[in-house]
Amino acid sequence: MSNTLVITNLNVSIGDKPILKDFDLTIPKGEVHAIMGPNGTGKSTLAKALAGHPDYEITSGEALLDGESILDQEPDERSRSGLFMAFQYPMEIPGVTIANFIRAALNARLPEGEELNAPDYYKALYAKMDMLQIDRKFTSRAVNDGFSGGEKKRCEILQMAMLEPKYAVLDETDSGLDIDALKVVAEGVNNLRSENLGVLVITHYQRLLNYIVPDVVHVMYDGRIVKSGDKELAVELEEKGYDWVKELAGEPVA
Amino acid sequence: MPTETPTFDIDRDKGNFRYDESHKYDAGVGLNEGVIDYICDAKGEDDWIREWRKKALKVFESKPMPTHWASKDLENIIFEKIRYYLAGDTRSKKSWDDVPDEVKQTFERLGIPENERKFLAGVEAQFDSEAAYSNIKDSVGKQGVIFMGSTEGLMKHPEIFRKWFGKVIPTGDNKFSALNSATFSGGSFIYVPPGVKVSHPLQAYFRINAENFGQFERTLIIADEGSEVTYMEGCTAPKFDTATLHSAVVELVALPGAKIEYITVQNWSSNVFNLVTKRAIAHENATVKWIDCNIGSRLTMKYPGVVLKGRKARGEVLSIALANDGQHQDTGAKMIHAADETTSNIISKSISIGKGRSTYRGQVHMPKNLKGCKNNTECDALLINDNSRTDTYPAITVRGDENSVQHEASVSKVSAEQIFYMQQRGLSEGEAMSLSVNGFVNDLTRQFPMEYSVELKRLIELEMEGSVG
Repeated sequence: MSNTLVITNLNVSIGDKPILKDFDLTIPKGEVHAIMGPNGTGKSTLAKALAGHPDYEITSGEALLDGESILDQEPDERSRSGLFMAFQYPMEIPGVTIANFIRAALNARLPEGEELNAPDYYKALYAKMDMLQIDRKFTSRAVNDGFSGGEKKRCEILQMAMLEPKYAVLDETDSGLDIDALKVVAEGVNNLRSENLGVLVITHYQRLLNYIVPDVVHVMYDGRIVKSGDKELAVELEEKGYDWVKELAGEPVA
Repeated sequence: MPTETPTFDIDRDKGNFRYDESHKYDAGVGLNEGVIDYICDAKGEDDWIREWRKKALKVFESKPMPTHWASKDLENIIFEKIRYYLAGDTRSKKSWDDVPDEVKQTFERLGIPENERKFLAGVEAQFDSEAAYSNIKDSVGKQGVIFMGSTEGLMKHPEIFRKWFGKVIPTGDNKFSALNSATFSGGSFIYVPPGVKVSHPLQAYFRINAENFGQFERTLIIADEGSEVTYMEGCTAPKFDTATLHSAVVELVALPGAKIEYITVQNWSSNVFNLVTKRAIAHENATVKWIDCNIGSRLTMKYPGVVLKGRKARGEVLSIALANDGQHQDTGAKMIHAADETTSNIISKSISIGKGRSTYRGQVHMPKNLKGCKNNTECDALLINDNSRTDTYPAITVRGDENSVQHEASVSKVSAEQIFYMQQRGLSEGEAMSLSVNGFVNDLTRQFPMEYSVELKRLIELEMEGSVG
């Protein structure tokens, strides 16, 4: 149970509409899993429900992070337990600089009354920024305020690098990126791959998986995983298209 | 600039304590000519000021409450139940050792003597109607700077005092300026001689200790040609069930080339009606900057103004208002352009939490005959909850082709998605809220003296943590 993120029989609704249906998934640390699937199939719902977004109601099921149930935790507790989500649409926080934001997030992980040592913090921050090819001037810019799509996604990976989660969910991190930005972001994620980190990459396209090569690929349809395989599955899916997924799910293809 | 970062009392609860009353002077409850005579006798004032006060009383009585435009909550002030003059002594002390124990302990709890030692050029500490302590550092006094209570000022320096007293804000300006003119006691009188730059701030601290009481301090600051001075004021009161009234008048005169910076952190308890008139006259090339932070009180009505009287005079109002449940911060600014090439800048940020209400009222006046005048106004409101409220009433009169005005206003809300995003990074809901709010005021607080921006940030954190379930 330890060193895995285990999701079992998870059912999630938005309003009265069930989205995830008896969803199961296990991600061990050290592995990168990818979830692919057509739009509206519940990929982002999975990410947001795991992170604890208040609009997503968990009707039944369990999620254990290293053996500890996280579904009763507040979103910030889940974060401090080691769960990170890179947002598809990162929010702007006007007036709050990236440096201050990440520092506040790190301070929130320290015992009450303790604070980070500022020089050490900046040293670590600059090192990660260099890795992600982020200009150091960025530290004084407000979080995501006026950022391009690529800047926003790099900023997400920077936060991930600084917060050192146990499990990271990357929700459509490739959306809105041109190929150069995609490469930088993928390289950043690859640099963070380690035996202490489990990654779930959610994507609509196979393209991202050329750069972040997954250990396991899952195909999702209508709220559950319909097929799992190695990285070749992503290629197969790209070739056969999403009608194939419907076949896999046992639905008639129009 | 001070090198240390002192702590100011702006915790919302730090001021919520009181000592028993023991007043040698008490004018009783209610307001009439007898009360005015009592105040004049206690202070030993000349006849001219007695007449001046009585005339003001008539003006006060003749003016209606401004409820046709202002909050109806004003009607809850019962003037007949208020005590207008309470003092232990009519003379302030120059050494803390001579200040009565309860009063000294009060100011020690508020950290005033400590701040004085650390970084202030002078301190005046008012307790109810009179200053208990007033002192200026020798080095500053030797430069000819005068810093004393208003009563002492009008007695010892009538030639300067009478020249400007009531000239910036006439008695009849509004009902509460008339009330202050009738009953004023305490407040500061400052004169800075030509060319003298006071390197450290002068501070006044206003403390209300008594219940059913009205505090009416009167401040007059004159910065002579080419001089510079920074004045800071703080205030607290214990929380009473009954309403307390604070109604000050503050007049500033910046003579040619002078610079005055006036900083307020208003942190009255939530039973205080805070109705204050503040205005400055800026002569040629002079600069007046009001930094005005309103955190406490039940109702604040305050619109610091600058009359830009001389060519190239500059006026600025930077204000932050935070209205929590049960509070109404009705604040703003007035810029009256009365000479060519005068410039003014107003930046106002308000935050409404819960059922708190913030109102911005701004007046910018540029007549047709002037040229080369500029005004910039920005007012931004942030709403925290669905039932929070904000209103903006800008009144801009600009005539003439050679003047320019720029006005921007915005209302934003801290969104649930923004809070979720921050929570996903590990910040609690309260921490996320306070970080958003501090972000909202950040571009303004950056312009404040360091010690104020640090303390404001801490205060906002305290307020936001209290506001989240």
